[in-house]
Amino acid sequence: MSVQETLTRWRNKYIPDHVVGEILSKNWIDNMVPFLALVVTIVVFGQVIPDFYSLSSMSDTTRQLGEFMFIVMAMMIVMVGGGIDLSVGSNYALGNFVALYLMNLVGLPVGVAMPLVVVACALVGLLNGILIGYLGLRAFITTLVTLIIVRALVDMLLLQYAVDISMAMPESMIWEYIGIGSPMGIPFSFLLAVALVIVVHLFLSRTRPGWHIMAIGGSRKSAYNVGIPVRRMVCISYVISGALCGVAGALFAARLNSAGSDTGIGLEIMALTAAVVGGNSLGGGRGSATKALMGAVIVLLITNGLVRLGFQSGAAPLALGIILLAAIAIDVRWLKNRYKLLAKVYVSPAYLALPPCPATDPGADSPYAQNDKLRDVRLIGLGEVEGPEDVIFDRDGHLYTGTRFGDIVRFRAPDYDTPEIFAHTGGHPLGLAFDREGNLLVCVAGMGLYLITPDAEIRKMTDETNRTPWSIIDDSRLKLADDLDVAPDGRVFFSEATIRYGMSNWAYDALESRGNGRIICYDPATNRTRTVLRNLIFPNGICMAHDGQSFFFAETWACRISRYWFAGDKAGTVENVIDNLPGYPDNINRASDGSYWLALVGMRTPSMDLALKMPGFRRRMARRISPQELIFPNINTGCVLKFDEAGKVLDTLWDLSGENHPMITSMREHKGYLYLGGLLNNRIGKYKLDDADPEWTGVASYWGGAK
Amino acid sequence: MSNNTVLSRFSKMQWLSLTQEKIVFLLAVVLFVTFSLTLNGFASVDNLLGLLYNVSVLGVLGLAMALVVIGRGIDLSLIATMAISVAWSLTLIRGGLSVEMALLYGMLLAVGIGVLNGWLIAYAEIPALFCTLAMGTLVYGFGRIALIPADVIYMPADPGWFGALGQGEVFGIPAPVIVFVLFALAATLVLRYTRFGRYTYYMGDNYHAARITGVPTRPMLVTQYGVVALIGFVAGLVTAASVDSMNTRIVNSTMIYDVILVVVLGGIGLSGGKGGVRNVVVGTMLIGILLNGMTIMNIEYTVQNFIKGAILLAALIFDSLINPRDEQTAQQGDI
Repeated sequence: MSVQETLTRWRNKYIPDHVVGEILSKNWIDNMVPFLALVVTIVVFGQVIPDFYSLSSMSDTTRQLGEFMFIVMAMMIVMVGGGIDLSVGSNYALGNFVALYLMNLVGLPVGVAMPLVVVACALVGLLNGILIGYLGLRAFITTLVTLIIVRALVDMLLLQYAVDISMAMPESMIWEYIGIGSPMGIPFSFLLAVALVIVVHLFLSRTRPGWHIMAIGGSRKSAYNVGIPVRRMVCISYVISGALCGVAGALFAARLNSAGSDTGIGLEIMALTAAVVGGNSLGGGRGSATKALMGAVIVLLITNGLVRLGFQSGAAPLALGIILLAAIAIDVRWLKNRYKLLAKVYVSPAYLALPPCPATDPGADSPYAQNDKLRDVRLIGLGEVEGPEDVIFDRDGHLYTGTRFGDIVRFRAPDYDTPEIFAHTGGHPLGLAFDREGNLLVCVAGMGLYLITPDAEIRKMTDETNRTPWSIIDDSRLKLADDLDVAPDGRVFFSEATIRYGMSNWAYDALESRGNGRIICYDPATNRTRTVLRNLIFPNGICMAHDGQSFFFAETWACRISRYWFAGDKAGTVENVIDNLPGYPDNINRASDGSYWLALVGMRTPSMDLALKMPGFRRRMARRISPQELIFPNINTGCVLKFDEAGKVLDTLWDLSGENHPMITSMREHKGYLYLGGLLNNRIGKYKLDDADPEWTGVASYWGGAK
Repeated sequence: MSNNTVLSRFSKMQWLSLTQEKIVFLLAVVLFVTFSLTLNGFASVDNLLGLLYNVSVLGVLGLAMALVVIGRGIDLSLIATMAISVAWSLTLIRGGLSVEMALLYGMLLAVGIGVLNGWLIAYAEIPALFCTLAMGTLVYGFGRIALIPADVIYMPADPGWFGALGQGEVFGIPAPVIVFVLFALAATLVLRYTRFGRYTYYMGDNYHAARITGVPTRPMLVTQYGVVALIGFVAGLVTAASVDSMNTRIVNSTMIYDVILVVVLGGIGLSGGKGGVRNVVVGTMLIGILLNGMTIMNIEYTVQNFIKGAILLAALIFDSLINPRDEQTAQQGDI
C-alpha cells in the first residue's frame, strides 16, 4: 500500500467530515448565527461600558426585558404563522391605558383588572385576525392601519383621562408587587417572561394548535389542503398576539404608572428587529421561543447600551435600522442557500479498499464463472408487479411479493397466474418473512417493521430503535429497513441499510460506501427494539442459519457475507464468511440441501473499485456534477449463487443476456423451484432446480410441520 | 362563498362595472357636494385653491409611491428620505453653500438612499416592505446624528428662486399645484409610452415571468427606487418652500400612511401591475376633500387620524372582497 493511500485511509478514518453535513442538516443550526450575535453583543457592551452588568443595572434591564419579551413573543407567534403584527406597539399603549384606567380611576382589584386588560388587547388582535385570517387582507398593511387606528384611539382617550389618571394612585399591594417586586432579587416581570418563554415553547412544539400555526407558516397551501383550518388558526395567532401585548402593557403600567402619549411608539420596529435578529423568518415557518428570546436580549442590550454610551437621539433608530437590514439580508440569504450548501457537503465518501475481484469469465477456473442457466426462467406476473424486491411463500404455498406502489401482492398456488392485492402498506415493502404463527413480517422502506396477519390486518411492530449515543443525526427513526429474518425464539432481526439516506437516495450511500447501516433486533415478547450491530456498509440480506443460533448478513457495498451469533457459545461475535464477492450481495435465503442462496444485485467494476479508494475524487464528483452523472455501482447484471456455512461457493446461476430476468435482488426456493425477485423488475422469475428436494418449503424449514 | 358569487355576478353585469376608481370618484363628488351644502366656506374659491395647495404635495408623493406599488413594491422610507435630504440641503444653505450646490447635494443623498433601497431589494433580495421600513429608521437616525443639528430646519432668509416653489403663483394657481400637475403629466407619459413604464407593469404583474422573458428586473428595481426618492426630494422642496421649514418629525407622523392611503384608495392594488396616474389623482381628491372638510369642521387631529385609518381599512376590505384570496394560488410569504 502506497504512502499516499495510507494517508488517505487515515484521513478518512480520523477526520469525520460527514459530521459537517449532519450538523448543517440539524434544525438547531439556525440558532448559531443569532447565538453568536448574542455572545458578541454581551461581550462588546460588557467591555465598552463599565458596570453594564452590575446588579442595579441588570435589575433595570431585566425588568424592561420582561415587558419587551411579551411584545417580541407577540410578534414572533404571528410571524411563525406567516403574518406580521405591526400593531403591537399601539396595542401595548392601549393595554397600558386600560390598565391605568381600570386601576386608578375605576379602582378595580388587580384580579379583575388584569384579565380585562388582556381581553381589551385581545379584541384588537381579534380585529386583526378577522381582517387577515377570514377576509384575507394582507397582514403588513392591515396591521399598519390598526396601528394608526389604535394609536389614534389611545391618544383620544389620553386627552380625556390622562390628567385624572396621573392624579390617582391605586392602593394595591399586588399591583405594586407586579410593578416593582423582586422575588429572590429577580424582577417579577422577568420571571413572568421566563414562564412565557417556556409556555410558548411548549405551545409551538408540543401542542396541536402550535403545530397548526407552524404548518401554516411553513406552507399555507399545503396546510389548507391537509385540512388545517387555516383561517381560524391565523385569526387565533393574532388574538394570542393581542393578548400578550395586553400583559406587557399592564406590566408597564404597574411599573411606571405613566399615562404618557409616547408609550410604545416605534416599539413595533424594535420587536420586529428582535424577532428577525433572533432568526425567526419573515414569511413564517421558522421560529421559536428561544429565537425570540435571543433576539429580544440582543436588541434591548444594544438600545440600552447606546443610551448608556451617551449617543444622540438618532443613534438608536440608526442602529436598529442597520441591524434589521443586516438580519433580514442574512435570513434571506441563509434560507436560500442553506440547502444548496447542505447538498454540497452532506455526501461524504469514505475510503474503502476491496480485496481483488475474483474472475467471472465463462470457463474460468472460478466458482463464479459465467453460465447461461437462467436464460429460460419462466416469468410470473410480467408487467403486473413493479419492484418485487423479495418473494416468499406461506404454508399453503401462495406466493407473496411487495411492489413499489406499497402493495403486498399475492399469487395463488399452484399456478401463480393472477395477482391479487393482499394488503397495502403505504411505503415500499422490501424484505419479507413468515413467523411461527403464519403472520407475514415486512420491512417497509421509510416506515419500519410491519406485521400482516393472515387476515390481511396490518400492525406496526416497530419504527424506531435506541438512538446511538452522540450521533448527530437522529438515528432513532428507521429510514430504510431492508431485509429481515425471524429467530426460533420469535425475535426479529432486520437490517437498516443506511441511516443517512432514504430509499430514493440509496445511490448516494453507494457513493459514500461508509458504514452507515446497522442490524436491529425487535423482540415481540417485550416489544423492545435494540440496535445489535452498527457501522455496517449497507447491510442488506439477513438469513437465519440452520443452527438457529446465528444469522448470515450481506454488506452490499463491501461485497462480503458475515455471520453473527446471537445465542450459544459464540453469542455476540461476528465472523467473516465470504469477503471477496465479485458483485454486490443482496438477499440471502435457505436452500433445501442445508446451504444458502445469495443474490448478487450487480457486479463490481474496476472503475468503481478504484473510485472507492479515492474518496476525494468521489467527493468532488458529488459536489460538482448532477446526481444522474455520478459514478454508480453496476446493477444491470447479477447472478444467484449458493454457498455453504464455510463460505465455499457451490454453484452460480447466470443470465448472460439479461433480457429475460434482468435484475436479481432475492430468490426463494420452494418445492424444487427457485423464485427470483428484482427491485427494478416488473416480473418474478421461476427456475427449475434439478437436484433439489421437491417437497422442501421455507416455512417447514423454519417452523417445522407438514408439507 | 356566497359573497363571492354575488360579487362575481355583479362584475358580469356590464352596465354596472364598478371599479374602485369610479366608486372613490363618486364618493369624492358626493362628499364635495355635501360639504359644499353643509359647511360654511367650503365651496369658496380661496378654500378650494387652498385645498389643492394642501394636497398637492401629498399627490406628488402619491405619484412616487404609485410608481413602486405598480411594480409590486412599496417605499416606506419615502418620508424619511424626503425630510432628511431636504433638511440637509437647508442646513447646507444656512451654512453658506450656494443654493444650487446645496440642492445638488441633497438630491444626490436622496437618490443615493433610493438606489441603496433598490439595490438591497433587487440584489440582496430583502422584501421591499422590510427593507424600506428599516431604511426609514436608518435614514432618520443617520440624518439626526450626522447631518442636521435640530429637528426643525428653517428656510434661509433669502432662499432665492427656490422659495418660489412654495409661494409662487402662475395665473393665480399656486406653484405646488402646478408641480403636481406637471408630475402627473410626466408620470402618465412615462408609464404609458416608455419602455420603463411598461416594464414596471410587467414586473408588478408577474415578477418572475418578467425576469424570465428578459426584463432587466434588477436594474429596473434600482431605477424605480432611485426615481421615487428623487420625486420625494422635489416634494420635500415644495413642502419646505411652502411652510418655510422642514420639520423632520414628520417621519414619525402618519404621513407615510396618508401617502399609501392615496394610492390604495385610488385603486392601485398593492399586489401590483395595475392602476395609473388617474387613480392617484382620484385618491388625492378624496383625501383632500376629506381633510379639508374635517379641518373646517374643527375635528381634532387624533380623531382625523382615526377617521383616515378607518377609511383606509374600509378600502383594504373592499379591495379584498373584489379580489378574494385564493388558498391555491396565494403566494407563500407574501405578507
